[in-house]
Amino acid sequence: MKHLLRRSLDYLLVTTLALLFLAPVVMMLVGSLKPDQRVLVEAGSLAAFIPGEASLQNYADVFARSDFLRFLLNSLLITGTIVATGLLVNSLAAYAFARLQWRGRDLLFNLVLALMILPLEAIAVPLFYQVALLGLRDTYTAQILPFIANAFAIYLFYSFFIGLPRELEEAARLDGASTLRIFFSIIVPNSKPVFASVAILTFLMWWGSYLWPLMVTIGPAVRPLPVAIASFYTLPPLQWGDILAFGVMMVSPALLIFLLFQRWFVRGVAASAIKG
Amino acid sequence: MAGIVFDKVGKSFDGERVIDSMELTVADGELLVLVGPSGCGKSTVLRMVAGLESVTEGTIRIGGRIVNDLPPQQRNVAMVFQNYALYPHMTVRQNLAFPLKMKKLAGAEIDRRVAETAAMLDLTPLLERRPKALSGGQRQRVAMGRAIIRDADIFLMDEPLSNLDAKLRGQIRTDIAALQARLGITTLYVTHDQTEAMTLGQRVAVMRKGRLQQVAPPHALYTSPANIFVAGFIGSPGMNILRATLEQEDDERFLRLDGQRLPLTRTVIERHHGLADHTGRELLVGIRPEHLALTDSAGHGTLTVAAHAAESLGHETIVHVDGEVETVTPDAPELARTTEAQTRLITVLPGHHPISRGEILHLRPEPDRLHLFDPSGNTLA
Repeated sequence: MKHLLRRSLDYLLVTTLALLFLAPVVMMLVGSLKPDQRVLVEAGSLAAFIPGEASLQNYADVFARSDFLRFLLNSLLITGTIVATGLLVNSLAAYAFARLQWRGRDLLFNLVLALMILPLEAIAVPLFYQVALLGLRDTYTAQILPFIANAFAIYLFYSFFIGLPRELEEAARLDGASTLRIFFSIIVPNSKPVFASVAILTFLMWWGSYLWPLMVTIGPAVRPLPVAIASFYTLPPLQWGDILAFGVMMVSPALLIFLLFQRWFVRGVAASAIKG
Repeated sequence: MAGIVFDKVGKSFDGERVIDSMELTVADGELLVLVGPSGCGKSTVLRMVAGLESVTEGTIRIGGRIVNDLPPQQRNVAMVFQNYALYPHMTVRQNLAFPLKMKKLAGAEIDRRVAETAAMLDLTPLLERRPKALSGGQRQRVAMGRAIIRDADIFLMDEPLSNLDAKLRGQIRTDIAALQARLGITTLYVTHDQTEAMTLGQRVAVMRKGRLQQVAPPHALYTSPANIFVAGFIGSPGMNILRATLEQEDDERFLRLDGQRLPLTRTVIERHHGLADHTGRELLVGIRPEHLALTDSAGHGTLTVAAHAAESLGHETIVHVDGEVETVTPDAPELARTTEAQTRLITVLPGHHPISRGEILHLRPEPDRLHLFDPSGNTLA
């Protein structure tokens, strides 16, 4: 009986928390399907979660009033490039730290670890000067290049690689494989979980990135979604339904990717954490 | 084909010496077993031959060529690891083909050699399986296959049987010996298991704390151990080592073990030429447990002991006894007398003997099979 009560309380707590986290997302989704007049009126009541007569008009409005597709493609290009090149660069760096012997390795690795505690906001201004000096303002390059190498990604890869049995690499070496060959033929195929978690974390980190793109973009040409939604807010007339529809379309790719790779993601983070 | 020559090979890790001036030659086509307790440096020796560890001093030659500075892939050695190190994401076929792919052999040639090796090791039905779908014995065979398929000059085996159960170990041990004899490839085999060493090796090298103690055919290690470490390590249970004094009365030489008196036979005296110099001095005498026989009564040349524990294995009974003697642990480095003298001996009696604790037994060492060592533990020449 006591056990049952305990279990019920646990479920109650978990359900409440889940509802709290879900509420804004559901409200955004439901609101995006409602005519604009109802969105604000019903926002303070339970009606905010009931679509009533749903329509996709707000979505059509977003496409009519802004260059949504372009922003979406910009975001996909920027985030996709950071993720893809980041996986390569950071995993190779982590492998060099975890397995290769070279002078100054430990010192450099500690420096990389120290970088993890440095937030972007702290270096945004000097970084901006650098980008401006190089004439890279308002380019994709300015939004991609500074974020390919990532200390946290290196740390996650490192923690995973250090736990892989060394004999696998030694066997491959005796079989005649070079270091790069060992990396691509032996290490990478056996490190799928950590590649998945780094990919998802990097994607989420840069998909929602706002401050830096705001600083370096000038016009809409290379602007990503987070900056675009901010200017969409200020685009008269103020249409809450449209803004929510914009939000839904912006969040969906990130949500989709997370749901698709969630299993690997959890395994990867667990493995990195335990072995680290 | 090639032999391996170690010429004054030394290895240090962070200033700590783990291999000391090793001199050893493994003949072309020989299977030499390197045996010793854990931490004695035997795996380090293997890894130095493979090129996975650097050599601090001296030279290693494979087939006459100094390999100290050659990377592993240029030494043409194949290694079987303790945990097999099969590539988990590849099928058995891909595991076998990997070294050949690295050699950039043609696809048809790779297929032919994979099929041939798989047939030799009964792996053909398993070719499309991943390592995790294989049993321990099957994994072991794949690891062997990956070594064989390369046509390597040297096989290195690092405790390849230690992850298998006892029954399988015995069977695969025989398979490895047969395969090595058939292929005639020079093999350096590392193990901590003296049974494995004795049954597999054409010669066995016993190591302790980074130093070779003795290199000899298995039977010679058993009959003529170079020192008390080898005497204690080879044989199961290991040899009993007792403190004794060599005495002489008229023409008779005998050993005095506290109150007991063990006469020395002509055979023993002839085997240990330098014995006369030790008259009146302390010696160490080694008696193998299987060379202590049970007799009915005390008398000349018997030891009277009290049973401490008896383990019956059916075909034999291992009896731990305490006697009025002082024994020495073969691994005690400096043989310093401990404050509390040890008195424990072990004997192996054929057949089943229901012996109870505290029972008084009379043991008679086979007089011709005593081994004599000087006080520092080396056999008396």
